[in-house]
Amino acid sequence: MSAATSGPLALVAEITHRCPLHCVYCSNPLEMAKRDRELPAGAWSRVLREAAGLGVLQVDFTGGEPLARPDLLELVRAARGAGLYASLITSGIPLDEKRLDELVAAGLDHLQLSFQGAREASANEFAGSAAHAQKLRVADWVKRRRIGLTLNFVIHRQNLGQLDEMLALTETIAPGRAEFAHVQYYGWAFANRERLLPTREQLGRSLETLRRAEERWRGRIRVEYVVPDYYAKYPKACMGGWGRKVLLVAPGGEAMPCHAANVIPGMKFENVAARSLREIWEQSDAFRKFRGEQWMPEPCRSCDRRALDFGGCRCQAFLLAGEAAATDPVCSLAPRRSIVDAILAEVNSAPPAAARQKIDWIYRPNPA
Amino acid sequence: MTTPEPDSFPRLAPGCRLNEESQQPRVLLMPERALRLNGPSLEIVERCDGWHTVQQIVAELQRIYSKAKPEKVEQDILGYLALLRDHRALDFETQT
Repeated sequence: MSAATSGPLALVAEITHRCPLHCVYCSNPLEMAKRDRELPAGAWSRVLREAAGLGVLQVDFTGGEPLARPDLLELVRAARGAGLYASLITSGIPLDEKRLDELVAAGLDHLQLSFQGAREASANEFAGSAAHAQKLRVADWVKRRRIGLTLNFVIHRQNLGQLDEMLALTETIAPGRAEFAHVQYYGWAFANRERLLPTREQLGRSLETLRRAEERWRGRIRVEYVVPDYYAKYPKACMGGWGRKVLLVAPGGEAMPCHAANVIPGMKFENVAARSLREIWEQSDAFRKFRGEQWMPEPCRSCDRRALDFGGCRCQAFLLAGEAAATDPVCSLAPRRSIVDAILAEVNSAPPAAARQKIDWIYRPNPA
Repeated sequence: MTTPEPDSFPRLAPGCRLNEESQQPRVLLMPERALRLNGPSLEIVERCDGWHTVQQIVAELQRIYSKAKPEKVEQDILGYLALLRDHRALDFETQT
């Protein structure tokens, strides 16, 4: 393996796990960091400067809900001071116009607002919180200020039927960018997977609808969506490759190659409080573990696509096949693909209409 | 892909900006992506400030790159502006 690699381009700053929402597909780990373990603003400022020094261009402040931190303004200022492009990935709660103005003045470049659907009642059900109406207000406030706006609709079996309404809502708000993101099956979504995976027919219809919207809105709204990987022929290039482009720092300061990496047994993450970001990126075991191609099993090792998808997702390989170094089982070439086929067979044998009865969701709680 | 109007004023869309002059390499930053800029593309983007028309940008670059064929310069610029528009990095404002 080539020793030290080029630097990361993006820093995902997970500044808290606290959140007013309790989404059934939250990507946070099942074991969340408590408030008293959160890195203070001063430490984050140093991390942001070190990130810029490593070549990072953009920072995503996310969580949990990043607005839950009263010192967010200081963090945005520090990001801009370090020369980074600052994005806020948010539910829009709690936010008012005064705080938004302060964030814009501090240099916030872009705000990504999550939506759980287009209908208030069901959106609130998936979020475990009455959040939808506030999101509509936030979208309107952001549009009246000169920063970027992305709407992010999290889509799945239970709300794909509202896709046309989500598109209508998008057209009304007219953001620069709209993401229609299929739930990915980690964290809380993995626990709720049977209730969230779409059927093949639902999926096919939704992809066609999204393709048409993309065409219709070209030059006005940039549309982004991907095929959920359980249905894809090849795995996703998770995080653009392990330890290649993206570095995540968790609320307690653990530097990780991706937000789900702590599901892999035996992984040890170094803390930004103890070592520089550069040392962690270049030398730590966690970042080197699946970097490059040495770790790859067959069929990845000799596959023509190994530099395109890097063997897929390590966390998914562990969650599905029980082995983090296995070929991602969603790959049609994977020896363990039968695991995914069995899940899909089950999902596609039950009609989605029947699933609209009362569902026993597993909601994520709030860390203390 | 339609061609940008010659008398419109291209301006970086909300959420899109150049990094600082002191930073290398120069990039156009936008939501969830960044575009590396070389000589001519940087010259173009620097002029997408809402004050230059498409026509003026073309004329200025034709002066800077006077060794290139003027029609080729114009064609390249219109193509690049349309590309940035499709990335949602540019608004084209019309003023009187």
